Amino acid sequence: MVGALGILAAETAGAPAHADVSWFVRSAWLVPLLPFLAAGLILFLGKRSPGGGAPWGIGAVGASFVLSLGVLWHVVQGGAAYEASIPWFAIGPLHVEAGILIDGLAAVMLVVVTSISLMVQVYSLGYMHADQRFTWFYVVLSLFTAAMLVVVVSNNVVQLLVGWEIMGVCSYLLIGHWWEEHENSSAAIKAFITTRIGDVPMIFGFFALIAATGFATANIRETTHAIAEGGEVSTAFLAIAALLLFGGTIGKSAQFPLHVWLPDAMAGPTPVSALIHAATMVAAGVYLVGRLFEVFVAADPAVLTTVSVVAAITMLGAALLAIAQDDIKRVLAYSTLSQLAYMVAGLSLGEEGFTAGFFHLFTHAFFKALLFLAAGSVIHAVHSNSMREMGGLRGSMPVTFRTMLIGALALAGVVPLAGFWSKDELLVVAYDTGTTWLFWLFLATAVVTALYTTRMIVLTFFGSYRGQGHPHESPPSMAGPLVALAAATAVVGFLGAPQLGAVFGKWVYVGHPHEAHVVPWIAVLSTAGALAGIAVGWLVYRDARGVDPLAARLGPLWRVLERRYYIDDLYMAAVVLPVRDRLSAAVVWVDRHVIDGAVNGAAWVTRGLARLVAWVDRHVVDGAVNGLGGLTGSSGGLLRYLQSGNVQWYAVMLFVGVIALTVVFIRIV
Amino acid sequence: MVRLPLVLLFSAVLFSAGVYGVLARRNAVMVLMAIELMLNAVNVNLVAFATALRDVVGQVFALFVIAVAAAEVGIGLAIVILLYRTRESINVDEVNLLRW
Repeated sequence: MVGALGILAAETAGAPAHADVSWFVRSAWLVPLLPFLAAGLILFLGKRSPGGGAPWGIGAVGASFVLSLGVLWHVVQGGAAYEASIPWFAIGPLHVEAGILIDGLAAVMLVVVTSISLMVQVYSLGYMHADQRFTWFYVVLSLFTAAMLVVVVSNNVVQLLVGWEIMGVCSYLLIGHWWEEHENSSAAIKAFITTRIGDVPMIFGFFALIAATGFATANIRETTHAIAEGGEVSTAFLAIAALLLFGGTIGKSAQFPLHVWLPDAMAGPTPVSALIHAATMVAAGVYLVGRLFEVFVAADPAVLTTVSVVAAITMLGAALLAIAQDDIKRVLAYSTLSQLAYMVAGLSLGEEGFTAGFFHLFTHAFFKALLFLAAGSVIHAVHSNSMREMGGLRGSMPVTFRTMLIGALALAGVVPLAGFWSKDELLVVAYDTGTTWLFWLFLATAVVTALYTTRMIVLTFFGSYRGQGHPHESPPSMAGPLVALAAATAVVGFLGAPQLGAVFGKWVYVGHPHEAHVVPWIAVLSTAGALAGIAVGWLVYRDARGVDPLAARLGPLWRVLERRYYIDDLYMAAVVLPVRDRLSAAVVWVDRHVIDGAVNGAAWVTRGLARLVAWVDRHVVDGAVNGLGGLTGSSGGLLRYLQSGNVQWYAVMLFVGVIALTVVFIRIV
Repeated sequence: MVRLPLVLLFSAVLFSAGVYGVLARRNAVMVLMAIELMLNAVNVNLVAFATALRDVVGQVFALFVIAVAAAEVGIGLAIVILLYRTRESINVDEVNLLRW
């Protein structure tokens, strides 16, 4: 272990090793810094700047995007991983550094985060233009982007944790952006507390990792190398550490059983949902697993099995829930849960699944951001989230319709859009690794995905308009990002297409570069599944009016879906209410009687002492001072009678004095 | 030649009369005159010792004292006149502005 650390240290410390590294990679620390500075700038000067400070945010993230592309270019050219750091702080033997770690995974994530953030910020110009907290919105958006980028480039778990927590705060602030409505602030609190339940185990997981290095380092690469090569740490210990870390993923990436916050998080503005609750922050949980992948691989195999079971439950469960949602954003939220579970399940397949999982994260970020922004465009037009008040928007919103259709087809996995390639890759890996049950589950979920996607598109854009007013196409600042993301959705899939060389596998991998290959029957099967789902959706919903046709047919099952499997109700009854009513009442009692009692008691004792001291002061100290003054006064009063003003009397005293002195002197002499 | 102790006795009586005058008289002019008695008692002493000791310094001092006494009477009488002008009285018992 020590040897491995030594080699790594030499590798990281040796300057010549990085001499050929491009300027972009060496300046990668600027990528998170720019949005962070922008956040501060908008916070202090935003209201006085033109455009409410939005241009600062867009400019910063645009610059970060360009830098990220430069960083990715380094990876594309086959550049080695780059790490640089500066000392941060030390606790005993543990020296923590602040630094960046750029490899293929980080470079791809940088591009994803900055590009989606750029799109969302441009889009928000139109979507949020009338918002009373427009400037504040951009502050938090920029801060969030910075935090996410910090997580991506972190080379140690402490720095990662800092970014992770700032993201959580920003998520909370943005979900509750319209906090005037109680429902929104409740959703924000729910999201924050639920993810926190996952974060606490994650922090202990970080402790465990640091402990596994003998409290020598918090550096990710040194830690994972030490664990992978060391053998000094038992697999059981690693299993516990990995499961604790996975708690962070369950919370942040909203996996079962902590998935409940994400659908409620849709209370936030739609651009936020697109950026944070679809494309980036929720992907951070997946990224965490990927960053510390060696830990999961080196741990007991039961860990990865647990991960895949959790992902499997979330995948299909959330996809089914998406069918029963009336709120268009909630459909997408459950879809996000399901797709995140795809990624997690992909990672749980080991080194082969690593690339496939992250490729899905990569493509999903684009098409899900597109879907959310398109949904936001629809909501902007009809002033409602409910699909009951939509319908027939195909004609009045052509750009939104076309771009959203591209996104939906990508989500459903229709060739040749982004979702198809990544989903197919996951299926192939699941088949290759012999995880047949996961293979069929992937396929089943794909069918359900196609079904609810079709339902969403049909209810929104087909049929006749059921809402009030006249919906109109969104302004260019909103339509522009839609078109850009639709274009991205159409092409990014080819980066992982085996027929075109699957370059993505050469950028993001663990161990050796991932070789994607074509399995024709799987591709056909998945396409058939997607088309079947689309066909069923079209047949069922084509004539839908207001009431969902499936509701009548499924009966009680529909009710279960509508109530989200009663999981939220269960949490409410089993956790929230007891905590809120009983535990908090008990805590209040303790606070009032024990803590307040102690405080009041201390005050009472202090008051008594103060009274004693005051008495002493008044009677003893003041008495002495006043006594002295009185003595002086009265003696002066007596002596003043000598000052009669009668010169003869003075002369008498003079003579008496002279005579007395004479007598004295004569006596002495 | 008069014997020295007799002269000293005379001067002591003269001085005591002066002291009595200074302490007991109420008239400011009389007080000034009593002061003259005391000064002249001193002069008598100085001259007596000068003769007895055959030293002329005593007589020189007596001359100084006469000069100083003349000045003192001058100032004193001036004060008395001003006193009279302001208070229309030269009773020293009434001059007690400097009392407490």
